[in-house]
Amino acid sequence: MSDIFPKWTNKLPGYVILGGALLGTAVVAGTWYYFTPKYTRVGYQPLQPVSFSHHIHVEQLGMDCRYCHNGVESSYHSNIPSSTTCMNCHNQVLKDDPKLALVRESAAAGKPIPWVWIHKTPDYVYFNHAVHVNRGISCVECHGQINLMDEVQHAQPLSMTFCLDCHRHPEAFLRPPEQVYNLNWKPDDPTRQLAQGRRFLEEWKVERLEHCSACHR
Amino acid sequence: MRYFLLGFLLLGLVVVSVAGFRGGITRRPPIELFPDMDRQAKLRPQSAHGFFPDGLGSRLHPDQTIPRSQPVLVAGTPVHPFEDHPFNTGYEPGTTNFVQHSPVPVSETLLARGRERFAIHCQPCHGAAGDGKGPTTKYGMVVIGNLHDPRIVQQPDGEIFHVISEGRNLMQGYAANLTAADRWAILAYVRALQLSHLATLEEVPEGLRATLK
Repeated sequence: MSDIFPKWTNKLPGYVILGGALLGTAVVAGTWYYFTPKYTRVGYQPLQPVSFSHHIHVEQLGMDCRYCHNGVESSYHSNIPSSTTCMNCHNQVLKDDPKLALVRESAAAGKPIPWVWIHKTPDYVYFNHAVHVNRGISCVECHGQINLMDEVQHAQPLSMTFCLDCHRHPEAFLRPPEQVYNLNWKPDDPTRQLAQGRRFLEEWKVERLEHCSACHR
Repeated sequence: MRYFLLGFLLLGLVVVSVAGFRGGITRRPPIELFPDMDRQAKLRPQSAHGFFPDGLGSRLHPDQTIPRSQPVLVAGTPVHPFEDHPFNTGYEPGTTNFVQHSPVPVSETLLARGRERFAIHCQPCHGAAGDGKGPTTKYGMVVIGNLHDPRIVQQPDGEIFHVISEGRNLMQGYAANLTAADRWAILAYVRALQLSHLATLEEVPEGLRATLK
């Protein structure tokens, strides 16, 4: 009988259990780590047709977000500026720079510049920019410190959890309306931010919208 | 068992070296793992759409048509954006004469709005004081109007509104970026700036004179 089951087979069940447990853990850990917008979306930095730098325009020139994205306060869609808006200054500044050739052509011909869309929510999500910026949610909460980026990259996951974290506790993110477009603004200290956020929540009647049709229609 | 553990470790290393870590910079578009209805055959603003021959998803309104609009209340009367009304054009209706005075009654909210919009759209070139010394002058903007120039101070309200809307010389128009109401608000603020610049000490309330130096 000893020939049918050699001695090492005594350890086999242990090996199978251990190996299975290891593999199972690896699959769960891998899925947890990789199957999330924190991995799939964050860090996306496509090559744009024109190497536009937010850093130069915002930090160096002190321009307001709304000079270009002028529809953000009144529309659900925050517009990409038309190339004629670029030409307001670039008909004089860097007037013959080859980097801006596409902008000049676009403005002259009325053809849009094919910018690559980075922050792309699914088509069944109805995000409204105006509602957020007019109630003290700054650009920085979803877009990261875009004012410091020479090339725009996807900074936040924009997953459903990401939205809900804020929808459940808006008081941690609400800021004074005049600081919404100041992306460098930081609350003096976090405890005061909570007190202030709770006050804004009351005064502006901000709702903690958690029902499905707040975002999905 | 030793080989299994070695293989397991190797597999882990391969996955991490191929897939990288969270937040790594990449040029590749995001992977949509479960793309159920993520991208639908509908129009989104400013996006390309193959339905139209020129591929533009956001359509310009066709010639000989007027976009749908809501009237704006100007001093109590509703004005549509297509009407020949000084609020839209800056001209006396039916003439080429600029209106001397803004059709929008001046209020504190109007001035506050004008100040805010001026800071966004005008300040980069004209400067916070309106003297034509904004930050862009350092980067090659050459001719910028000084709003305190007597030539500009003496212009009728309608003419300044017209310049904000349609531009003049090297300045391009802002009609596409600012609503007519905002352009009149900016005009009101520009007038306030000019007044502050031209004011004499006698015009300052007596109690406040000592605060000026």
